[in-house]
Amino acid sequence: MNVLLDYLPEFRDGFLGTLAITGSSALLALVLGVLIAGFRVSPIPPLRAFGTAWVTLLRNTPLTLLFLVAVFVVPQILVPGASPFVLATLALGFYTSSFVCEAVRSGINTVPLGQAEAARSIGMTFSQTLRLVVLPQATRTVLPPMSSIFIALTKNSAIAGAFSVTDLFGHSKLLSDKGYAIGWIFLWIALAYLVITFSISALFRVLERRMGVAR
Amino acid sequence: MSGASVLYDVPGPKAKVRNRVYTVVGSLAVLAVLAFIVMRLGDKGQFDPEKWNIFNYAGVRTGIRDGVLATLKVFAIAAVLSLVLGVLLAVARLSDHKAVRWLATGFIELFRAVPLLITVYALWVILLSNRDDLSLTGSQPQFWALVLGLTVYNGSVQAEVLRAGINSVPKGQSEAAYALGLSKTQVMTTVLIPQAVRAMMPTIISQLVVTLKDTSLGFIITYEELLYSARQMSTNIIVNGEDVYVPVIIVTGSIYVAMCLALSALANWIERRGRRAKTGIGVAEAGEPVAATDALEVSDAVPAAPAGKDN
Repeated sequence: MNVLLDYLPEFRDGFLGTLAITGSSALLALVLGVLIAGFRVSPIPPLRAFGTAWVTLLRNTPLTLLFLVAVFVVPQILVPGASPFVLATLALGFYTSSFVCEAVRSGINTVPLGQAEAARSIGMTFSQTLRLVVLPQATRTVLPPMSSIFIALTKNSAIAGAFSVTDLFGHSKLLSDKGYAIGWIFLWIALAYLVITFSISALFRVLERRMGVAR
Repeated sequence: MSGASVLYDVPGPKAKVRNRVYTVVGSLAVLAVLAFIVMRLGDKGQFDPEKWNIFNYAGVRTGIRDGVLATLKVFAIAAVLSLVLGVLLAVARLSDHKAVRWLATGFIELFRAVPLLITVYALWVILLSNRDDLSLTGSQPQFWALVLGLTVYNGSVQAEVLRAGINSVPKGQSEAAYALGLSKTQVMTTVLIPQAVRAMMPTIISQLVVTLKDTSLGFIITYEELLYSARQMSTNIIVNGEDVYVPVIIVTGSIYVAMCLALSALANWIERRGRRAKTGIGVAEAGEPVAATDALEVSDAVPAAPAGKDN
């Protein structure tokens, strides 16, 4: 109990840090995931192959390894001296994008065939069909798996704390190094994560209700 | 009919030309990105023969081998324990006794909501501070923290997977078993669980892939599994006055991907095999494992009818 009251600023920093890293990598994952899902259903073979390779590779790599790549390899390729936050966002965003891509792709497959056929029959191109007809309808079926993916992302963001990004895990480590009972720290941190994950599922429930359409 | 081909027309002469142009441009773009990465790494001397020569040394080879063995050891023990815990928790959550049900539900929800890293870290601190009472030596606190953490987290997830499987067994099955005079235990062990396990096999194995990937968290609590030994090697070996992160990460990464792909292939094979069989209830689709199992509601992943996924 005392740990929380004595170190309220630290807990707040950690909480905000977790929110920030989750938010930024969710954004990156969303953009990349939708783009790559588009690649995977496109009529251009190399883009399809690229999408498949991307998803297979990233889904079968441990996230900790991706963090190592982000911290030690990426600075050699791009500019050196990027902040840990940016590198962690890259690792988390790339990793999560493969799951987003698969969710979007299976969402595209659930849109009734007639929709795409109708779009084609009035002369829409591939990108028009996808952008104007299929993706908006896929959004509804994609929402529930997307909520699970973002909850998983929130939990995965704890690993960023081990790579010197300010977040809840980093602060729990600091406090336990200071000799506070790990049991209490664990409970408060667990509570903080529960708050975030419950907000995500509540947000998505609202979204589902607003976008829900009787089929 | 796959969803892909319905999205665009069969290309005519013009579209064929256009697609060919896009193909060339797309391949060039992908190749350009790859070439850029390789060139930048090459400029930094990451592909120098000296740097890759380290894999000829016996020390590096045994280091990698020991790392793989340590990873597999953690994975094997955690996989077995998590499956046992999963069965126990699933049965407890479906128990007729309210207290047992609530306890199991609370356990599952707590450990599924907390990031695995934090569970593992808390266990590590607890084991480290009690290492003398538990007579743990050397790297044993790390080992058991990792194994126990993986067990409680994946056990909770497996429990939800199994519960979904048990719920997907048609009600007539258990009613028939009760009508024959079987006891509750007999119904569970001889009728429900075998069918649930069979239906959920792909999802269970996919979750095992997650378990395998998560053994890499041992890196953070300094347990000497593959990733940690890779890190150690990269910092300790100095070639041309530089560390050897890039070659070591490329090699260990390939090992991880190969191990996970092998397990995923097993899941896919079982799914295909299950779909071929006409008896019993359908086998859940593999492929959505992590998304589905990291979720708060795994019960959504109940297997569909044997119809399959093509519409």
